[in-house]
Amino acid sequence: MTKHLLGDTAVLLGRSLRHIARSLDTIITTTIMPIAFMLLFVYVFGGAIDSGSDSYVNYLLPGILLITIASGISYTAFRLFLDMKSGIVERFQSMPIARSSVLWAHVLTSLVANLISLLVVVGVALLMGFRSGAGVLPWLAVAGILILFTLALTWIAVIPGLSAKSADGASAFSYPLIFLPFISSAFVPTNTMPGPVRAFAEHQPVTAIVNSIRDLFTQRPVGTDLWIALAWCLGILTVAYLFAMAAYRRRIA
Amino acid sequence: MTSQRVPAIRVQGLEKSYKQLRVLRGVDFEVAGGTIFALLGSNGAGKTTVVRILSTLLRADAGTATVNGFDVATQPARVRESISLTGQFAAVDEILSGRENLVLVARLRHLRNPEKIADDLLDRFSLTDAATRKVSTYSGGMRRRLDIAMSLIGNPPVIFLDEPTSGLDPQSRLDVWNSVKELAGRGTTVLLTTQYLDEAEQLADRIAILHRGRIIVDGTLTELRQLLPPAKVEYVEKQPTLEDVFLAIVGDDGNDRPAAMTVPSTRTNKEQR
Repeated sequence: MTKHLLGDTAVLLGRSLRHIARSLDTIITTTIMPIAFMLLFVYVFGGAIDSGSDSYVNYLLPGILLITIASGISYTAFRLFLDMKSGIVERFQSMPIARSSVLWAHVLTSLVANLISLLVVVGVALLMGFRSGAGVLPWLAVAGILILFTLALTWIAVIPGLSAKSADGASAFSYPLIFLPFISSAFVPTNTMPGPVRAFAEHQPVTAIVNSIRDLFTQRPVGTDLWIALAWCLGILTVAYLFAMAAYRRRIA
Repeated sequence: MTSQRVPAIRVQGLEKSYKQLRVLRGVDFEVAGGTIFALLGSNGAGKTTVVRILSTLLRADAGTATVNGFDVATQPARVRESISLTGQFAAVDEILSGRENLVLVARLRHLRNPEKIADDLLDRFSLTDAATRKVSTYSGGMRRRLDIAMSLIGNPPVIFLDEPTSGLDPQSRLDVWNSVKELAGRGTTVLLTTQYLDEAEQLADRIAILHRGRIIVDGTLTELRQLLPPAKVEYVEKQPTLEDVFLAIVGDDGNDRPAAMTVPSTRTNKEQR
């Protein structure tokens, strides 16, 4: 059975990518909110925010990228929910395929869709004056962190996708994830926040990830933030994966 | 093909509960290879639960079931290689075209030449004209034909059809019936669930009635008839059924045909076949 895992996943990935190609609006709508936040913060609030950076869009982009991912994965949950609901998953499960390939196909589709969304958002940021002198390696490192973060959040999204009772329920879980960056160093430095808020902001995953990406973009040495960021991503990924697989086994006997 | 002594499907003492609700309370039946077996029952009788257990989508609480000689609980992978599932809860992909659906299944069954397989089936099920259209634009009958075509890919020896004609118009229903008969003619074992008595009567070699989680009757149509007192010969006027009228006016080929203005009522003695 497992010998077919790669082949079956590739076939099902092709199917999901076709779905996306036929409804490009899901990628567009995914990017609308992060772009709106970026416009709002750069052109409305930005002038009044002292970020300690010469260009606020440079300061802001890492957090916006994380919001893009958080908003993108709600579609992963939604697509998985529709597949479960329509019965096509049951059809696949009654066939001689590697059973986990159904989930992996959705996860990889999420990765592809989010990478496209991220490219769109970075493109808009470049138009808005975002500049980075970072070379190939730092950019690859940024891509690596974003991919890891996408995978971690995607496996979280798989859980409601499998177990939600309604389409709204399947996608609503992502709202807290979208707002997590607001209580972090993504928009303003944490040192102006009152004690408890600051404590939360400095010890939640978004701050470490945002700081790492920001350091990579501005060619500053990445400190321990990078290791904390990677630990968060891998930790979330592992726990979410285990819960998602357990939910999957519960659903398909 | 299949040895007659080893039944294609054997179900013994199958039990399943959803929380307090006991859906199956000890179901037993056997289906001989190459025959059509109808599981008849009203809504909620447990027909779908039986099919889900036999297609390895659900675990039974008690009892055993084998399909094509493989135990559904201990050899689910071998069972899945032997079966195909169609109907109520096994969907087709609405966003893909009919052809893409068939190619997808052929690829997942690891067959060579998926495009050729798809084209052959499209032709056989009169879907060639609609091959490249999204399935979401298909009529109910076309969708069900595609659904059945998908389950034939790879020629599995056992096919489960869960309420294959519910929601279909009379003409599509006849098309599906013909496909099922053709399948059994090729040696495929068919287990179909239905709530339409005439469907079971038309298609099945054996009929089992599932009622409140148990098989209360199991036999051929002739055997089931013998359960009732012998038919009296009575002369009654046989009115054409509305279905006869509908099919006569619409025409079997589905093309426009001048509608008969009057349908003569036929006077025959009611035959107990």
